[in-house]
Amino acid sequence: MFRLGLIVNPVAGMGGRVGLKGTDGADCLAKARELGAIPLAPSRAALALRVLLPVKDELCLFTCPGLMGETAAVEAGLPFRAIGLGVGPQTGPEDTKEAARRMAEAGVDLLLFAGGDGTARDITEAVGENVLCLGIPAGVKIHSAVYAATPLHAGEAVLSLVRGRRPSRRLAEVMDIDEEAFRKGEVRSRLFGYLPVPADRRHLQGLKSGSPRSEAALQKAIAADLLEKLKPGALALVGPGTTTRELKRAMGFEGTLLGVDAAKDGKLVAEDCGERELLELIAREPEGNVRIIVTPIGGQGFLFGRGNQQFSPDVLKRVGKENILVAAVPGKLSALAGAPLRVDTGDPRLDRELSGYTKVVTGYHEAVMAKVTA
Amino acid sequence: MSEKFVHPYIPNSVPEVQAQMLKSIGARDIEEFFRCIPENLRVKGLLDLPKPFLSEAALRRHVEGILSKNRTSGELLCFLGGGCWNHYVPAVCDEINGRSEFLTAYAGEPYEDHGRFQALFEYESLMAELLDVDVVNVPTYDGSQAAGTALRMAGRITKRDEVLVADTTSPDRLSAIRGYLTPDMKVTLVAHEAGTGLLEAADLASKLSEKTAAVYFENPSYLGFIETRGREISEAAHAKGALCVVYADPSSLGVLTPPSNYGADLTCGDIQPLGIHMFMGGGRGGFIGAPDDVKFIEEYPSRLFGIAPTTHREWGFGDVAWERTSFAKRENAKEFVGTAAALWGITAAVYLALMGPRGMKELGEACMGRTAYAIRKLGEIPGVRVPAIGRSFFKEVPVNFDGTGKTVKEINQALLEKGIFGGHDLSGAFPELGQAALYAFTEVVTQEDIDALAEALAEVIQR
Amino acid sequence: MGMDMKEKIRDFHQARWDEPVIFELSAPGERGILVPEGGPLIEAAGKKALEELPEGMRRETPPALPEMGQMRVLKHFLRLSQENLGADFNIDIGQGTCTMKYSPKVNDRLAGSPKVADLHPLQDESTLQGALEIMYRTEQLLKSISGLDRFCLHPGGGSQALSGIAAIIRAWVDDHGLRDQKDEIITTIFSHPSNPAVAKLRGFKVITIYPDPVTGRPDFEAFKAAVSDRTAALMITNPEDIGLYNDRIREFTDLVHAHGGICSYDQANANGILGVTRAKEAGFDLCFFNIHKTFSTPHGCGGPGCGVIGAAEHLVPYLPVPLVGFCEESGKYFLDYSVPKTIGKMKDFYGVLPAVVRAYAWIMNLGAEGLLEVARVATLNNNYVFQKILKMKGAGAPPYAEGEHRMEQVRYSFQKLKEETGLGIADVQNRIFDYAGHIWTSHEPFIVPEPFTIEPTESYSRDELDEYLAILERIVEEAYTDPEILRHAPHRSVIHHVDHDYLEDPKRWAITWRMYRKRFDGYFQPKDA
Repeated sequence: MFRLGLIVNPVAGMGGRVGLKGTDGADCLAKARELGAIPLAPSRAALALRVLLPVKDELCLFTCPGLMGETAAVEAGLPFRAIGLGVGPQTGPEDTKEAARRMAEAGVDLLLFAGGDGTARDITEAVGENVLCLGIPAGVKIHSAVYAATPLHAGEAVLSLVRGRRPSRRLAEVMDIDEEAFRKGEVRSRLFGYLPVPADRRHLQGLKSGSPRSEAALQKAIAADLLEKLKPGALALVGPGTTTRELKRAMGFEGTLLGVDAAKDGKLVAEDCGERELLELIAREPEGNVRIIVTPIGGQGFLFGRGNQQFSPDVLKRVGKENILVAAVPGKLSALAGAPLRVDTGDPRLDRELSGYTKVVTGYHEAVMAKVTA
Repeated sequence: MSEKFVHPYIPNSVPEVQAQMLKSIGARDIEEFFRCIPENLRVKGLLDLPKPFLSEAALRRHVEGILSKNRTSGELLCFLGGGCWNHYVPAVCDEINGRSEFLTAYAGEPYEDHGRFQALFEYESLMAELLDVDVVNVPTYDGSQAAGTALRMAGRITKRDEVLVADTTSPDRLSAIRGYLTPDMKVTLVAHEAGTGLLEAADLASKLSEKTAAVYFENPSYLGFIETRGREISEAAHAKGALCVVYADPSSLGVLTPPSNYGADLTCGDIQPLGIHMFMGGGRGGFIGAPDDVKFIEEYPSRLFGIAPTTHREWGFGDVAWERTSFAKRENAKEFVGTAAALWGITAAVYLALMGPRGMKELGEACMGRTAYAIRKLGEIPGVRVPAIGRSFFKEVPVNFDGTGKTVKEINQALLEKGIFGGHDLSGAFPELGQAALYAFTEVVTQEDIDALAEALAEVIQR
Repeated sequence: MGMDMKEKIRDFHQARWDEPVIFELSAPGERGILVPEGGPLIEAAGKKALEELPEGMRRETPPALPEMGQMRVLKHFLRLSQENLGADFNIDIGQGTCTMKYSPKVNDRLAGSPKVADLHPLQDESTLQGALEIMYRTEQLLKSISGLDRFCLHPGGGSQALSGIAAIIRAWVDDHGLRDQKDEIITTIFSHPSNPAVAKLRGFKVITIYPDPVTGRPDFEAFKAAVSDRTAALMITNPEDIGLYNDRIREFTDLVHAHGGICSYDQANANGILGVTRAKEAGFDLCFFNIHKTFSTPHGCGGPGCGVIGAAEHLVPYLPVPLVGFCEESGKYFLDYSVPKTIGKMKDFYGVLPAVVRAYAWIMNLGAEGLLEVARVATLNNNYVFQKILKMKGAGAPPYAEGEHRMEQVRYSFQKLKEETGLGIADVQNRIFDYAGHIWTSHEPFIVPEPFTIEPTESYSRDELDEYLAILERIVEEAYTDPEILRHAPHRSVIHHVDHDYLEDPKRWAITWRMYRKRFDGYFQPKDA
């Protein structure tokens, strides 16, 4: 039996139809309700669950009560087992987190959740990298890479797992947007963390050649290339992300996944630096001796301004454009579907300066000439 | 109907069909499709090519006319070897590889092309028995590529970058190996003993180091003799943490010990002797055999077909595919694998199935018998020294003509006039052997053929 | 008129023999073929030689090959052949980029004749004149087709030809003392992935250019930013796998030349431009053709193939040896080893002669007009299919070059189908076997989502193109109305769904029968269970 967990954030997506950007925070939710918003997430979840009807006998579905799961299962016609969870009529982040912890305790093979970025954030907080997860997109804001493209995609992915596909894990980004700023029309996001999601490996067959390199191997290859580019004595300011984390490991330390770490000659100098700390470090170095290493953050391909605001305009100007190294696994660039990489440092003039073409390291001695725009 | 010439291979040349298709596309004429090509890059008029032979009959007459200038190893007596041999090709081999289903297939999936997956899995399995190893790949281009790839694999496995290669290696193969290994790995030659041809232990010992990825030799060697110290060589290599890579002739393995039994970690070679015509050296396929060890399997750049269950309890097959998680900087780009020699792999499978264990043993005995007989017979000719180097032989032997006062070239020219392809001239590549030629005696050679050769040689030499 | 192919979809079921693995067919004592006897003298000599072999060199345990009578062997492999769908059977247009065209039977006869098959490569040149003449003449034809100055016919396939090209670039760079300066090779994302692979194998760094999202052609501005004095070479395909001809190609090659680099043209598939445009005028110094694609030689389940390398005058001295020369004086053809800076041997002996014979016959049968008609009809067929697929539910092409025609192939996408049904190209692929079809999911990297590539070539009639399109349409319809049939497909192929997990798990994978026997009993019963 395949043990599938389901958590629905019933309020996710409610703001969208009534013109609100997200429903995080009680005030906002109340406003959405006032505007006549109705819960949509359960139906989105049911769409995904319906794909699983052919395998309902091989499935043990754990849901939360009511709108947090049960409703979707009933709508889809799937038998389920509700976990005990006392929820009131108005659910919130704490309920999501508690549900996620219970699912983990129940030993689910996969935790399916319907929601938006806020939901993914809550799940990350509750279970971290311990449970294989997959998101059904139901929220207004979907910047996190943990979501399937559509509910049907999510359903198909689960179906193939139930039918015995060995899950291959991939760490996907969970983005966290500053709600306040977002509602004012300003996007200020940061990288919140990572959740393990099943990697789509259906392309693996139909090979005409040898086996493809795994993402982990690609990241190691990138790290080796970057390491070669760092001259002895140079101060490296390494931005957040799994790709840059591999560089930190290649240098010989773990560093932070979400922060900017400074290193020199393979030694960690300072961890999780803020802007001020970075400026101090730069000030101590001779001119041209500092390198910034970044990887695009999130689905929109931002090099600066999302998830690494520590690299402020001041920091970037002091280091200089020519000392910025960009790296990304090829899949990340492909996912942009021809859209350029972007910069949004908050300083339009600097953004223009950073625009143009830049070499993005995609492997050992491999690079892509990519376009960068503001 | 139209007057336009319609070629039998191009059905949609029919003007009415073209007109309807253009209409469906919404294009005025075919020229419209080429409008994206700038005028200065267009071919003006037609390519400068000879007038074609449009009918199949005329074409056949033309091509056969040219080919008739060839004189084949079937028409003459052939004693040539040196990496390509005139073995017998069973009719069933040609029957199978001529089947449209195999001949014209390419990259189908394990479903509609189940047959080729199973046939090539069987090829791997039959070769594995012959080589006494666990893993064999779908064929690469040829033996030289297999050798080059095996050595690169050794480099990746040991994370070292020098290979020690016996200096009796086929010169062409050595050239190809150097090509494959450039610029990542260094090739260093190891000397042989003057009389026996065997790898010189002292030279090997002095060159083995913590840089050595592999020791490579051929068995039987290019010069025909059997390297009898395989065990000592592999032990010396292993003692320094290096691998032992042996290039073997599969036609010998019914009687000779498979290299894996004397310590070879990787066994490579070419399958031409296994039911594939010579095609002037164009019928070839490379094999690499390895133990059942992930460390080795993961380093194969070639395709490996595996067996797997289906939902209906059938035998299913597919590409053994792993997510490559290892990364070594120097070897970050493994050789890319494309179209190689799959049809010859299927052919070799048919051959091995026809031969069976007894057939392979008898084949080996037949080759050794003819060679031994020829050594005796040719050795009786005044001025001829057999062998020129080496002690034990399989199907080839170097013959020295220094005592005859004639060069191999002269002798071969005279033999050719008598309808005989004499042995391959070694005097250029191995001057230390003097005027020597490499003679091959496969199972298709009869005692009468050898007697005729001896007679002709005696005559030629006395002239 | 028979059945109306436009309306009817074939009621197909592939041959299904439930054929055992060959080792299960062994019948101890049976013989498949006999080895010629040698007579008493030879047999005695053989016995003695074997006995005299030093300790440990005689094989003690015979190889555990099956023992089978001849007809048993024949039947087994004939049945396997029936469980294989060659291009002679299906409408093989779904394997785009591979140019699965008709391989004429007469050429097989010529290539298989004893005058080709029974030649030893080391025979005296005087006895190989016919073969050498065919090689020489083929080279002259290829020179006309490409405009380049000399060809080497050795490589056994496209990747080996590219590998040779990378070796030539390496040798040229080193020879000019530029090793430290020229260390980069530029390619495009829609060029074949072998291009960057071989470049790296020869120690170059690779810079890849993505397409301009509007024109679909390689982004020239990005290219300009990439070219420098470090550029050793450009390795590019044109038209690329998406079927668009890069009309600024001469600007690309000129820019590389201005920086002292080499331009290499991957013409593995030149089917859409035969007689239309050539490597020379586009400014290339090197090129290669896959004989088994454009020049019709059969693919043989994945080889033997043949890739030929062409070079402009200044790079001829680097070609692999031997080339084939012709002496006017004696009227003789000869193997020419006088290539001063040769990269050496690429392949054993002189390449795949049977493929060269076939290609020669094919070109000589078509002539200049015929080759042009090949390109014209290949392009016509492709645009016909292109228009139909654009109208197909769930299907589409990346939004490049909208409103433009394509050359000889198109990379399509089932992204819309995936969005609307959750089923994508992998599911369509599993189902198409039930209709005698094949569709390929395309090369990495998958920058086109849910990709497939169709290349109709000149060989297929409109009726066949229509039949293939009808099959695709039927499957798409099924995806919307009866997805479960796709999920469990194939239903009418040789076998049913394969559990690929076994092929990816070192504990369960079995690459040979002996590995299988070591791991499993019966039908996949783990030994330890």
